[in-house]
Amino acid sequence: MNRPLFRSPLGRAIGLGSAKSGSQHWLVQRVTAVALVPLTLWFAASIIAHAGSDYPVFIAWLRTPFAAGGMILLLIALFHHAALGLRVVIEDYIHSGVRFAAVIAIQLCCYGLAVTGIVATLRIAFSGE
Amino acid sequence: MHIKTIAPATKAPRPRPLSPNIQIYRPQLTSVLSIANRVTGILLSVGAVGLVIWLSAAAAGPGPYATVQQAIGSWMGRFVLFSCTFTFFLHLCGSIRHLVWDTVHGFELRSIYISGWSAVAASAALTVAAWVAGLCVGGWL
Repeated sequence: MNRPLFRSPLGRAIGLGSAKSGSQHWLVQRVTAVALVPLTLWFAASIIAHAGSDYPVFIAWLRTPFAAGGMILLLIALFHHAALGLRVVIEDYIHSGVRFAAVIAIQLCCYGLAVTGIVATLRIAFSGE
Repeated sequence: MHIKTIAPATKAPRPRPLSPNIQIYRPQLTSVLSIANRVTGILLSVGAVGLVIWLSAAAAGPGPYATVQQAIGSWMGRFVLFSCTFTFFLHLCGSIRHLVWDTVHGFELRSIYISGWSAVAASAALTVAAWVAGLCVGGWL
Protein backbone atom coordinates (compact mmCIF):
# COMPACT_ATOMS: atom_id res chain seq x y z
CA MET A 1 0.00 0.00 0.00
CA ASN A 2 2.83 2.43 0.87
CA ARG A 3 5.02 1.82 -2.17
CA PRO A 4 5.93 5.10 -3.79
CA LEU A 5 3.68 5.89 -6.68
CA PHE A 6 4.28 8.63 -9.18
CA ARG A 7 0.62 9.41 -9.20
CA SER A 8 -1.33 12.47 -8.22
CA PRO A 9 -3.65 12.29 -5.17
CA LEU A 10 -6.59 12.44 -7.56
CA GLY A 11 -5.18 9.56 -9.56
CA ARG A 12 -4.95 7.45 -6.42
CA ALA A 13 -8.46 8.38 -5.25
CA ILE A 14 -10.24 7.59 -8.51
CA GLY A 15 -11.78 4.16 -8.37
CA LEU A 16 -11.54 3.87 -4.57
CA GLY A 17 -15.21 3.67 -3.73
CA SER A 18 -18.15 5.84 -4.57
CA ALA A 19 -17.98 9.54 -3.99
CA LYS A 20 -21.67 10.12 -4.55
CA SER A 21 -23.53 7.89 -2.09
CA GLY A 22 -21.33 8.36 0.98
CA SER A 23 -23.90 10.34 2.91
CA GLN A 24 -26.84 8.14 1.89
CA HIS A 25 -26.46 5.74 4.84
CA TRP A 26 -26.14 8.59 7.32
CA LEU A 27 -29.15 10.41 5.86
CA VAL A 28 -31.48 7.39 5.76
CA GLN A 29 -30.50 6.58 9.37
CA ARG A 30 -31.71 10.09 10.30
CA VAL A 31 -34.88 9.95 8.17
CA THR A 32 -35.92 6.64 9.76
CA ALA A 33 -35.01 8.00 13.22
CA VAL A 34 -37.26 11.04 12.72
CA ALA A 35 -40.06 8.77 11.47
CA LEU A 36 -39.64 6.46 14.47
CA VAL A 37 -40.11 9.22 17.06
CA PRO A 38 -43.89 9.63 16.48
CA LEU A 39 -44.40 6.00 15.40
CA THR A 40 -42.84 4.42 18.48
CA LEU A 41 -44.52 6.90 20.84
CA TRP A 42 -47.89 6.17 19.17
CA PHE A 43 -47.20 2.42 19.50
CA ALA A 44 -46.21 2.72 23.17
CA ALA A 45 -49.31 4.81 23.92
CA SER A 46 -51.55 2.29 22.10
CA ILE A 47 -50.06 -0.63 24.00
CA ILE A 48 -50.58 1.20 27.31
CA ALA A 49 -54.18 1.97 26.28
CA HIS A 50 -54.75 -1.75 25.60
CA ALA A 51 -53.10 -3.04 28.78
CA GLY A 52 -55.25 -5.81 30.15
CA SER A 53 -57.69 -5.80 27.23
CA ASP A 54 -58.58 -9.17 25.75
CA TYR A 55 -57.94 -10.57 22.29
CA PRO A 56 -61.08 -9.33 20.42
CA VAL A 57 -60.57 -5.75 21.67
CA PHE A 58 -56.92 -5.75 20.63
CA ILE A 59 -57.73 -7.27 17.21
CA ALA A 60 -60.54 -4.75 16.66
CA TRP A 61 -58.02 -1.97 17.27
CA LEU A 62 -55.37 -3.40 14.94
CA ARG A 63 -58.02 -3.90 12.25
CA THR A 64 -58.70 -0.18 11.97
CA PRO A 65 -56.93 1.33 8.91
CA PHE A 66 -55.13 3.87 11.10
CA ALA A 67 -53.68 1.27 13.46
CA ALA A 68 -52.80 -1.21 10.69
CA GLY A 69 -51.19 1.55 8.62
CA GLY A 70 -49.28 2.85 11.62
CA MET A 71 -48.07 -0.64 12.50
CA ILE A 72 -46.83 -1.27 8.94
CA LEU A 73 -45.06 2.10 8.84
CA LEU A 74 -43.53 1.32 12.24
CA LEU A 75 -42.25 -2.06 11.02
CA ILE A 76 -40.73 -0.54 7.86
CA ALA A 77 -39.01 2.33 9.68
CA LEU A 78 -37.95 0.15 12.62
CA PHE A 79 -36.30 -2.63 10.63
CA HIS A 80 -34.75 -0.28 8.09
CA HIS A 81 -33.26 1.72 11.00
CA ALA A 82 -32.11 -1.49 12.71
CA ALA A 83 -30.52 -2.83 9.51
CA LEU A 84 -28.55 0.40 9.02
CA GLY A 85 -27.50 0.63 12.66
CA LEU A 86 -26.51 -3.01 13.10
CA ARG A 87 -24.51 -2.83 9.88
CA VAL A 88 -22.38 -0.03 11.33
CA VAL A 89 -21.88 -1.97 14.56
CA ILE A 90 -20.70 -5.02 12.60
CA GLU A 91 -18.41 -2.93 10.40
CA ASP A 92 -16.87 -1.28 13.47
CA TYR A 93 -16.16 -4.39 15.55
CA ILE A 94 -15.80 -7.36 13.21
CA HIS A 95 -12.62 -7.25 11.17
CA SER A 96 -12.31 -10.84 10.02
CA GLY A 97 -13.70 -12.51 6.94
CA VAL A 98 -16.96 -13.11 8.83
CA ARG A 99 -17.75 -9.41 8.46
CA PHE A 100 -19.17 -9.55 4.95
CA ALA A 101 -21.28 -12.61 5.78
CA ALA A 102 -22.51 -10.99 9.01
CA VAL A 103 -23.52 -7.78 7.20
CA ILE A 104 -25.51 -9.78 4.63
CA ALA A 105 -27.08 -12.01 7.31
CA ILE A 106 -28.20 -9.06 9.42
CA GLN A 107 -29.73 -7.24 6.43
CA LEU A 108 -31.63 -10.37 5.36
CA CYS A 109 -32.84 -11.00 8.94
CA CYS A 110 -34.06 -7.42 9.31
CA TYR A 111 -35.99 -7.33 6.05
CA GLY A 112 -37.32 -10.86 6.61
CA LEU A 113 -38.62 -9.85 10.04
CA ALA A 114 -40.13 -6.65 8.64
CA VAL A 115 -42.05 -8.61 5.99
CA THR A 116 -43.15 -11.22 8.56
CA GLY A 117 -44.53 -8.46 10.77
CA ILE A 118 -46.25 -6.69 7.87
CA VAL A 119 -47.87 -9.94 6.66
CA ALA A 120 -49.10 -10.65 10.20
CA THR A 121 -50.58 -7.15 10.42
CA LEU A 122 -52.27 -7.52 7.02
CA ARG A 123 -53.66 -10.93 8.01
CA ILE A 124 -55.27 -9.32 11.05
CA ALA A 125 -56.44 -6.27 9.08
CA PHE A 126 -58.09 -8.31 6.32
CA SER A 127 -59.30 -11.31 8.31
CA GLY A 128 -63.06 -11.40 7.84
CA GLU A 129 -65.16 -11.90 10.93
CA MET B 1 34.27 6.76 3.12
CA HIS B 2 31.72 5.92 5.77
CA ILE B 3 28.28 7.40 5.30
CA LYS B 4 26.27 7.81 8.47
CA THR B 5 22.62 7.00 8.02
CA ILE B 6 20.15 8.93 10.10
CA ALA B 7 17.52 6.24 10.32
CA PRO B 8 18.75 2.74 9.61
CA ALA B 9 16.22 0.89 7.52
CA THR B 10 16.80 -2.36 9.42
CA LYS B 11 15.53 -0.97 12.74
CA ALA B 12 11.92 -1.84 13.43
CA PRO B 13 9.69 1.21 13.83
CA ARG B 14 8.82 2.05 17.41
CA PRO B 15 5.18 1.19 18.10
CA ARG B 16 3.21 4.38 18.03
CA PRO B 17 1.00 5.27 20.99
CA LEU B 18 -2.61 4.43 20.31
CA SER B 19 -5.63 6.57 21.07
CA PRO B 20 -6.98 6.44 24.66
CA ASN B 21 -7.73 2.86 25.46
CA ILE B 22 -11.08 1.95 26.94
CA GLN B 23 -9.49 0.00 29.84
CA ILE B 24 -7.46 2.93 31.21
CA TYR B 25 -9.98 5.64 30.40
CA ARG B 26 -12.15 7.01 33.19
CA PRO B 27 -15.76 6.72 32.07
CA GLN B 28 -17.53 10.02 31.57
CA LEU B 29 -21.20 10.70 30.94
CA THR B 30 -20.41 11.57 27.32
CA SER B 31 -18.66 8.30 26.48
CA VAL B 32 -21.04 6.18 28.57
CA LEU B 33 -24.09 7.62 26.78
CA SER B 34 -22.42 7.21 23.40
CA ILE B 35 -21.82 3.53 24.12
CA ALA B 36 -25.29 3.24 25.67
CA ASN B 37 -26.94 4.51 22.48
CA ARG B 38 -25.26 1.74 20.55
CA VAL B 39 -25.98 -0.97 23.13
CA THR B 40 -29.63 0.07 23.45
CA GLY B 41 -29.90 0.03 19.65
CA ILE B 42 -28.69 -3.58 19.58
CA LEU B 43 -31.01 -4.56 22.46
CA LEU B 44 -34.01 -2.90 20.78
CA SER B 45 -33.26 -4.86 17.60
CA VAL B 46 -33.63 -8.00 19.71
CA GLY B 47 -36.83 -6.52 21.16
CA ALA B 48 -38.09 -5.94 17.61
CA VAL B 49 -37.94 -9.71 17.08
CA GLY B 50 -40.32 -9.97 20.06
CA LEU B 51 -42.66 -7.48 18.38
CA VAL B 52 -42.82 -9.65 15.24
CA ILE B 53 -43.42 -12.81 17.32
CA TRP B 54 -46.21 -11.00 19.19
CA LEU B 55 -47.85 -9.79 15.94
CA SER B 56 -47.52 -13.23 14.34
CA ALA B 57 -49.13 -14.82 17.39
CA ALA B 58 -51.99 -12.31 17.20
CA ALA B 59 -52.45 -13.13 13.50
CA ALA B 60 -52.39 -16.89 14.24
CA GLY B 61 -55.40 -16.67 16.55
CA PRO B 62 -56.56 -16.35 20.16
CA GLY B 63 -54.70 -19.50 21.30
CA PRO B 64 -51.16 -18.52 20.26
CA TYR B 65 -51.85 -14.92 21.30
CA ALA B 66 -52.87 -16.06 24.80
CA THR B 67 -49.63 -18.07 25.08
CA VAL B 68 -47.51 -15.03 24.21
CA GLN B 69 -49.56 -12.76 26.48
CA GLN B 70 -49.08 -15.27 29.31
CA ALA B 71 -45.30 -15.19 28.74
CA ILE B 72 -45.34 -11.36 28.78
CA GLY B 73 -47.53 -11.38 31.89
CA SER B 74 -45.12 -13.56 33.88
CA TRP B 75 -42.63 -11.90 36.24
CA MET B 76 -39.78 -12.68 33.86
CA GLY B 77 -41.78 -11.32 30.92
CA ARG B 78 -42.63 -8.16 32.81
CA PHE B 79 -39.01 -7.67 33.81
CA VAL B 80 -37.94 -8.01 30.16
CA LEU B 81 -40.71 -5.63 29.06
CA PHE B 82 -39.73 -3.12 31.76
CA SER B 83 -36.08 -3.30 30.65
CA CYS B 84 -37.21 -2.86 27.05
CA THR B 85 -39.20 0.24 28.05
CA PHE B 86 -36.19 1.89 29.68
CA THR B 87 -33.93 0.79 26.81
CA PHE B 88 -36.40 2.30 24.34
CA PHE B 89 -36.67 5.64 26.13
CA LEU B 90 -32.88 5.88 26.61
CA HIS B 91 -32.34 5.23 22.90
CA LEU B 92 -35.11 7.72 22.02
CA CYS B 93 -33.71 10.49 24.22
CA GLY B 94 -30.13 9.73 23.12
CA SER B 95 -31.18 9.86 19.48
CA ILE B 96 -32.97 13.17 19.94
CA ARG B 97 -29.65 14.50 21.32
CA HIS B 98 -27.92 13.19 18.21
CA LEU B 99 -30.51 14.79 15.93
CA VAL B 100 -29.98 18.13 17.70
CA TRP B 101 -26.20 17.75 17.25
CA ASP B 102 -26.81 17.10 13.55
CA THR B 103 -28.13 20.66 13.32
CA VAL B 104 -24.76 21.83 14.76
CA HIS B 105 -26.27 22.91 18.09
CA GLY B 106 -25.44 22.07 21.68
CA PHE B 107 -21.78 21.14 21.28
CA GLU B 108 -20.50 23.24 24.19
CA LEU B 109 -19.26 21.03 27.04
CA ARG B 110 -21.86 22.51 29.38
CA SER B 111 -24.72 21.85 26.92
CA ILE B 112 -23.48 18.31 26.32
CA TYR B 113 -23.60 17.51 30.05
CA ILE B 114 -26.98 19.22 30.55
CA SER B 115 -28.53 17.32 27.60
CA GLY B 116 -26.86 14.09 28.75
CA TRP B 117 -28.22 14.18 32.28
CA SER B 118 -31.60 15.37 30.91
CA ALA B 119 -31.72 12.31 28.64
CA VAL B 120 -31.00 9.98 31.58
CA ALA B 121 -33.58 11.68 33.83
CA ALA B 122 -36.21 11.83 31.06
CA SER B 123 -35.72 8.13 30.22
CA ALA B 124 -36.19 7.13 33.86
CA ALA B 125 -39.23 9.40 34.28
CA LEU B 126 -40.86 8.26 31.02
CA THR B 127 -40.29 4.59 31.91
CA VAL B 128 -41.97 5.02 35.30
CA ALA B 129 -44.78 7.12 33.77
CA ALA B 130 -45.43 4.53 31.03
CA TRP B 131 -45.60 1.68 33.56
CA VAL B 132 -47.78 3.55 36.02
CA ALA B 133 -50.14 4.42 33.13
CA GLY B 134 -50.12 0.84 31.84
CA LEU B 135 -50.73 -0.69 35.27
CA CYS B 136 -53.56 1.80 35.94
CA VAL B 137 -55.26 1.12 32.58
CA GLY B 138 -54.89 -2.63 33.10
CA GLY B 139 -56.43 -2.36 36.56
CA TRP B 140 -53.39 -3.73 38.41
CA LEU B 141 -52.79 -0.51 40.29
